Amino acid sequence: MAGTSLDRTHPTYIYKVVLLGSTSVGKSSLAYRYVKNDFKESLPTMGCAFLTQTLCLEAATVRLEIWDTAGQEKYHSVCHLYYRGAHAALLVYDITSKETLSRAKLWLQELEKEFLHDEIVIALVGNKTDLMAEREVTTEEGEEFAKSKNLLYMETSAKSNYHVSEVFTAVAQELVAREGEKAAVQRPAPTDLQEPRGSGPRCCQL
Amino acid sequence: MAADVHKKKGWEVPNGSLAPGDGQHAERAESPTPGLAQGTEPGAGQEGAMFVHTRSYEDLTSPEDGGVAARSPEERQGEPAEPTSMEQISKDFSELSTQLTGMALDLEEEMRQNKEGKLEPSPQAARRDSVLSGKEEEDVTMDAWRMHRKHVFVLSEAGKPVYSRYGSEEALSSTMGVMMALVSFLEAEKNAIRSIHADGYKVVFVRRSPLVLVAVARTRQSEQEIAHELLYIYYQILSLLTWTQLNHIFQQKQNYDLRRLLAGSERITDNLLDLMAHDPSFLMGAVRCLPLASSVRDAVSTSLQQAKAKSLVFSILLSGNQLVSLVRKKDQFLHPIDLHLLFNLISSSSSFREGEAWTPICLPKFNSSGFFHAHISYLEQEMDLCLLLVSTDREDFFTVSDCKRRFQERLRRRGVYHALQEALRTPFYSVAQVGIPDLRHFIYKSKSSGLFTSPEIEAPYVREEEKERLLGLYQYLHSRAHNSSRPLKNIYFTGPRENLLAWVTSAFELYICYSPLGTKAGAISAVNKLMKWIRKEEDRLFILTPQTY
Repeated sequence: MAGTSLDRTHPTYIYKVVLLGSTSVGKSSLAYRYVKNDFKESLPTMGCAFLTQTLCLEAATVRLEIWDTAGQEKYHSVCHLYYRGAHAALLVYDITSKETLSRAKLWLQELEKEFLHDEIVIALVGNKTDLMAEREVTTEEGEEFAKSKNLLYMETSAKSNYHVSEVFTAVAQELVAREGEKAAVQRPAPTDLQEPRGSGPRCCQL
Repeated sequence: MAADVHKKKGWEVPNGSLAPGDGQHAERAESPTPGLAQGTEPGAGQEGAMFVHTRSYEDLTSPEDGGVAARSPEERQGEPAEPTSMEQISKDFSELSTQLTGMALDLEEEMRQNKEGKLEPSPQAARRDSVLSGKEEEDVTMDAWRMHRKHVFVLSEAGKPVYSRYGSEEALSSTMGVMMALVSFLEAEKNAIRSIHADGYKVVFVRRSPLVLVAVARTRQSEQEIAHELLYIYYQILSLLTWTQLNHIFQQKQNYDLRRLLAGSERITDNLLDLMAHDPSFLMGAVRCLPLASSVRDAVSTSLQQAKAKSLVFSILLSGNQLVSLVRKKDQFLHPIDLHLLFNLISSSSSFREGEAWTPICLPKFNSSGFFHAHISYLEQEMDLCLLLVSTDREDFFTVSDCKRRFQERLRRRGVYHALQEALRTPFYSVAQVGIPDLRHFIYKSKSSGLFTSPEIEAPYVREEEKERLLGLYQYLHSRAHNSSRPLKNIYFTGPRENLLAWVTSAFELYICYSPLGTKAGAISAVNKLMKWIRKEEDRLFILTPQTY
């Protein structure tokens, strides 16, 4: 768990969410649509971009720290830096390219090496539903794979604003729900929000 | 006369009005500066430079090429014993430098051709626009492809294409094969190919193992300058991969296809090539500052300085391609080339506008074997102010991000945001401010600070090709002034559409462009007036007190 407010009835959580996937599947566009509710053709991301969005759920206020990574091969060696300590990951593929789904599967393998199963919430996201005519990956195919690996699954379109905030909300809800389960097992000590950031890995407070 | 190029040496300056002590000219090899010693020229930093000391692009070209060639004997002979006997000197000069004259004629011819209005608009239309829409490459068999003014190719030593400015690399693989064959053929003879000059084209080769860079140009640039641009491309590639990684890859696999690693960054290289055709920073090997009241700049610098972190090496605030402020770690100097690469990186990507970017970057002149991590963000959505925080620790994102927050807070508290906003509204000044009627444009570089200043390019250089033509003239003068076998200190150039004067000393470089009706005497007095004006305005146009953490 990342952080809690002192208000027990409506806590605030901060989660790190990382976007992973091949180059030009629409990771930055998803993040941009979600945070700014806008769409524009973007150029390849360098390294990674950091954005935040706060959302109010019934049970808690959630602040998502979104790490939008570069999909280009030259950044793969540094990518582990970006997903380390993440609470959630969105594995993004392009529904018009089968290859990007295989790439997402590889990302999953990498995450499985780094995280225990209940340590991270993973969502499989098939983007670009606005390009239905060029579809190469069926909804069933994505859904089935997600099911087999116990992942959240959603198809989105950053361009036509379809299911974008839904996928982030679903992830946030899942994270909060897990928070509840953990609390049932053991009551965690509240973390001080004033604690300076970056003073050590923020993931290891569990 | 169509293109009457006069090139005379420094001692032709009449009355010694530029140089207080005429006698100083006697020993040019020792380079006595007329009037100004290095470090005291306008724009020189008061507390040392913030850049690595460089001598323009000799610094780029010389280290690996075995240093600037020793001065030729004929040049020494060309030295005037008595600066007064102009005619004799001119005569000696023309007799002695036959080699130079041959070259100069060549150049003149080329310039004449270029002047005949054959400057077609640079065909930028067929650029690859984004990876998303797929590369829209042009057909390399078409005439349009051949007509580009400057082609740039990068290939591996195995002859594999790495980059081509125009057209797809695949379609050019046989062409690149031929280039590699040329290089290898001469190397087998323990020789090296540097350039081919034919039919108005210059084919320039730069070898930086494991890469070979080739330019095919019909611009008026000298071979040396084209090679200089190719080196920038090489450094650009290093900034993405590091020298160590690049070498490692090719040691592992000689015929590796480097495009895999460079995918998505072709636009950065494209942008660099376009920028070099427009921005004199690259030619001057110097950095231009945003004109800013010194009190505002000091407040910005102090705020930057205070928002420090242990891992920070450089904090850089820039606007467009102009420097607003730079704070560095003590004893660490940034090289202008590295800063140019950072400028290019930022101007070639819109993605930094959103959120905060955290990206590995190699500064090849600083350290070509390792990555820094750069935090890149814009201060405000609508403001063209980009903050670059260069850190040694890739884990330090939140600390560095916090530095940005603290910096912004300090700016607000000091109340300089508004003043900055005002300054950004007029990022360039008009040459009219100088108050010299015939003066159209100038470039002044302070060598000790590595900074230069230049007004906005105004009428009659309105159209894009006119601007390029002006830069081309500066390039020509610059190449003459820095010709490694025969450098010149003073050049007076009379053209049909403008006159230019170049003056290069050990402390500064000045290039002025003025009306074609102006006289040489007029130009000399303009230079004096201009130097006084720059001195008066130096705290606005330059960063005189660079800060360290």
